[in-house]
Amino acid sequence: MKTNFFLLAGIFLSLSAQADWLNFRGPNGSGFIEGNKNLSTELSEKTTAWSVDLPGRGLGSPIVIGDKVIVTAASGPDQKELHVICYSAADGSKIWERKAWATGRTMTNKKTNVAAPTPASDGTHVYALFSSNDLLAFDLDGNPKWMRGLMLDYPNASNSLGMASSPIAVDGTLVSQIENDSQSLALGIDTATGTNKWKMDRHKGSNWTSPTTLKLGDQTIVALQSNKGIHGLVPSTGSQFFHFNKGASGTPSSVASGGKIYVPSNGLTAIVPDEKGGDPAVLWNESAQGPGTASPIFIDGKIYTINRAGVLTAANAETGDRIWRIRLKGPFSSSPVAAENGHLYIFSEKGIGQVIDITGAEGKVVSEIELNDTILATPSISGDALYIRSDKKLWKFAK
Amino acid sequence: MLFGNQRARKGELSSPARFVSFALMKRTASTIVAILFSASASFAELPDSFADNIAAIQAIGSEGAGNKEATTAWQAIAKADGEAILPLLQAMEAASPVSKNMLRSAVEVISENELAAGKKLPVDSLGTFVLNTSGSPQARRFAFDLLSQVDSAGARKLVPGFINDPAVSLRREAVTGVMIAGKAQLEKDKDAAAKLYREALNAARDVDQIDEITKTLRELGQEVNLPKHFGFLMDWKLIGPFDNSERAGYDTVFPPENEIKLDATYDGKGTAKVKWVAFTSADEYGMIDFNKPFTSMKEVVGYAHTEFEAAEAGPAELRLGCKNAWKIWFNGELIFARDEYHRGARIDQYILPIRLSKGTNTILVKACQNETDESWTVQWEFQLRICDSTGTAILATNRKKAVVAPPAKKK
Repeated sequence: MKTNFFLLAGIFLSLSAQADWLNFRGPNGSGFIEGNKNLSTELSEKTTAWSVDLPGRGLGSPIVIGDKVIVTAASGPDQKELHVICYSAADGSKIWERKAWATGRTMTNKKTNVAAPTPASDGTHVYALFSSNDLLAFDLDGNPKWMRGLMLDYPNASNSLGMASSPIAVDGTLVSQIENDSQSLALGIDTATGTNKWKMDRHKGSNWTSPTTLKLGDQTIVALQSNKGIHGLVPSTGSQFFHFNKGASGTPSSVASGGKIYVPSNGLTAIVPDEKGGDPAVLWNESAQGPGTASPIFIDGKIYTINRAGVLTAANAETGDRIWRIRLKGPFSSSPVAAENGHLYIFSEKGIGQVIDITGAEGKVVSEIELNDTILATPSISGDALYIRSDKKLWKFAK
Repeated sequence: MLFGNQRARKGELSSPARFVSFALMKRTASTIVAILFSASASFAELPDSFADNIAAIQAIGSEGAGNKEATTAWQAIAKADGEAILPLLQAMEAASPVSKNMLRSAVEVISENELAAGKKLPVDSLGTFVLNTSGSPQARRFAFDLLSQVDSAGARKLVPGFINDPAVSLRREAVTGVMIAGKAQLEKDKDAAAKLYREALNAARDVDQIDEITKTLRELGQEVNLPKHFGFLMDWKLIGPFDNSERAGYDTVFPPENEIKLDATYDGKGTAKVKWVAFTSADEYGMIDFNKPFTSMKEVVGYAHTEFEAAEAGPAELRLGCKNAWKIWFNGELIFARDEYHRGARIDQYILPIRLSKGTNTILVKACQNETDESWTVQWEFQLRICDSTGTAILATNRKKAVVAPPAKKK
């Protein structure tokens, strides 16, 4: 077990210089962060470090950069007021808040919200994308770096149900999937200037998945998922490195680990991209392990999925064989996250937080908390603390 | 002395006239002009680079162009003191939506710095800016929020004067106030309540407020003509079905895109011969439903044509709600097209700027239905209205008067 964790640690260290939670599902978009062994396995009043009221709804996760927690929200009758708010990780006090007027269409399905994407950071700046396709870059003190109105640039780039894909910052490029039925595209944006490094037409169709990254040889590749499968791209140029063409879901995102990608495709499919590029090999496919809305997570040789019925399944990541499964209290829009403490953390739409011990022969729920508010966001982990945002509040849990 | 839009609620302004913290209500128009001139003067007193820096922010272009220069300019501007706030608000007038947000951030930072240093914001200038209804609606609302931050009670006294304000978000505040006043009368004096709710409806532009007011007015036995309030175009000529197999019809040019001949007959989908039929919507929210004259169909294209007689020429907005793929031509020009199917629709989903010609204006809508068979993909319809930038209906002079508004139903 230690060996595998060290292997993971090596991969993560090469891609993330610090133990921050910089984007949707943290390091590489995986849901797993190294360390944090003292993360509380109890979610309770006792472990509630603080909670603060938010100025509007949102589905995007908080991100954590050093001692700062940054979250987005949207407010107003038509969700036209956009918020980027920075809180102190120590005590939840607000450090700064910037507001902007939405420049694109703000219509969404009532369940979701304009602040659906999780912001991304490279450790020095934060890049906040909204369903209105406003993309706002600030330094960590709240000073604007650049701003884009992507719907002004690309007038049909929107989804009337709402956009939700979260960008990821890789080596000076912010990779954003602006994919929809009409003007569907992906962008590689220069994090320094806000201009396009590349722009790529993408398959037309609703797509709420977010990019993940993986290391292949000495290259960092960003994997873009869509109904057409997975395109592995070189982040700085957008040039294609590989293509898995068997299709994939438009809702739960893939997870990459150890040179493999676990794709919500025909259930769940494990693929092995070649370091030299080309079509990835299929390691296995399990039609019964298709995730619902929650994205899969890889931890220590096992792949975990939650289906539409709220059943959590642990499977052997090498073979796809099921090891155990338990029913959780769902339904879930949130994805599970984990650190190096042998537990999985997941929040239901009804606001029930559940901690699952995954170290035994069977998974076991060891802690529950009812936050009495709708939760559609995925939690974040940093500094031995867990952060979760509900419709109305941002919470920190720690020992 | 009352100014601009405040006249509409003169009675309620006698009290705000004693609102001395802004000292606005007692001021004459010439005083306000003087304040604005003073503001311009303060602009002139700022460093020469200030105007250049504002220009750099205003120059942010498409696809991120100019952001680098704008950031440098922003950093210089953000170091300014409170004297810069009004010029920055004024600069929003000529700014693109993105540039406006960059300027907003500068004002936020300057304001925070001023307040942190124990200084006061220029409340008089801000108040004057808020009351100048020719200014940018967003900038004025932002200025109002700044005022509220430093003098909440004082700012609230301005709210009744916003009842006919061109800034919809400010108007919303005033409408809310009238609704509250009306609600307070419901159990005491139904006539007084109805009068207040009617006043609220006349001013309301946000759909949620209109719906709530309408519900109450009808409970009070009052008639509400929602199609007229919104300005939905109810009378159309429809033709279809044309073929949209494999969604190819969206890009196929069918005869109505080349000519409008209302007595013509064309080859439609399959062996069908199609011709224009008159259609009048009976829907309160102006839905033009192709399924009604043509029966429920899939993989089809329909067209709707109408003529809008405008009393005068001028800028306007064509506002559409549609969950089918669609194209719109205004006076023969394609103004927008979108190939999204069944992701949802709402009033004012798409806002398209147009310029009305005095007299006859033509509108052609192409609505495409796809192949999916789920129950939520049956709709083949749209709703369309013409209004000004506040959402106030512009009614055609050829609008039929006898549109009967049926009871409220699901939108």
